[in-house]
Amino acid sequence: MSDTKKFMYINRKAPYGTIYAWESLEVVLIGAAFEQEVAMAFVDDGVYQILKGQDTSELGIKNFSPTYSALGDYDVNKIYVEKESLDARGLTVDDLLDLKYEDEDDDWAEKDSIQVVTSQELAEILEQQDVVFSF
Amino acid sequence: MKFGIQVNEGPYNHEASVTALNFVRAALEAGHEIFRVFFYHDGVNNGTRYTTPPQDDIHIVNSWSELAEKHNLDLVVCVAAAQRRGIVDEGEQERNGKDGNNIAPGFRISGLGQLIEAGIQSDRLVVFGD
Repeated sequence: MSDTKKFMYINRKAPYGTIYAWESLEVVLIGAAFEQEVAMAFVDDGVYQILKGQDTSELGIKNFSPTYSALGDYDVNKIYVEKESLDARGLTVDDLLDLKYEDEDDDWAEKDSIQVVTSQELAEILEQQDVVFSF
Repeated sequence: MKFGIQVNEGPYNHEASVTALNFVRAALEAGHEIFRVFFYHDGVNNGTRYTTPPQDDIHIVNSWSELAEKHNLDLVVCVAAAQRRGIVDEGEQERNGKDGNNIAPGFRISGLGQLIEAGIQSDRLVVFGD
């Protein structure tokens, strides 16, 4: 399809405290129906959005982190996490949700969606995108 | 060039919407095309005609409406974000049983697909916000 573009959603903010993260995820889920090439990036406090073991019970706010696990079913399986942002917060990939997808080009093998990349690598990935949403 | 515009912040809490307004004006003056302006997050508050700033302040909502009329702009307010924040047009009023509506002239309420479409159809999507 000639009008397929590379869409990138950059998530920069903590999951709670403001609504940016949740409303950003709503855009990604709706956007998935448009059959574009979709990627997401998590940088700065945005890395907290995909932290394992989130518990919002004392906030009285919905814990929407389980929704990220559905992204693989929406063909959103390029999820880049900036290494420097993890390092600065004392986090590693093991602290993040185990996001998987089934690769239809590889006999539906289950693969990791998350790729940890350096700031420099992420800059190169962003350079290749057609449309960059920043949340 | 064809631009898609996304406005993510409320008109008086944040400079983003005035900056977007100025960007759209400048782009049109330079002969560019604005495919659509999409209002998301608190940006939906740019679209209520009940806004009444002090008289010596810029009227940002009216500025959008006037610009839309002059240049036939497509100003779209996200329905999900609008419902959370009480921005209502006649259709939403009826659907949700509200006692009135407050959408400003030149704005319409529609879905997030309109934002994705703006990304697909525009040469550049420019996001205004934090």
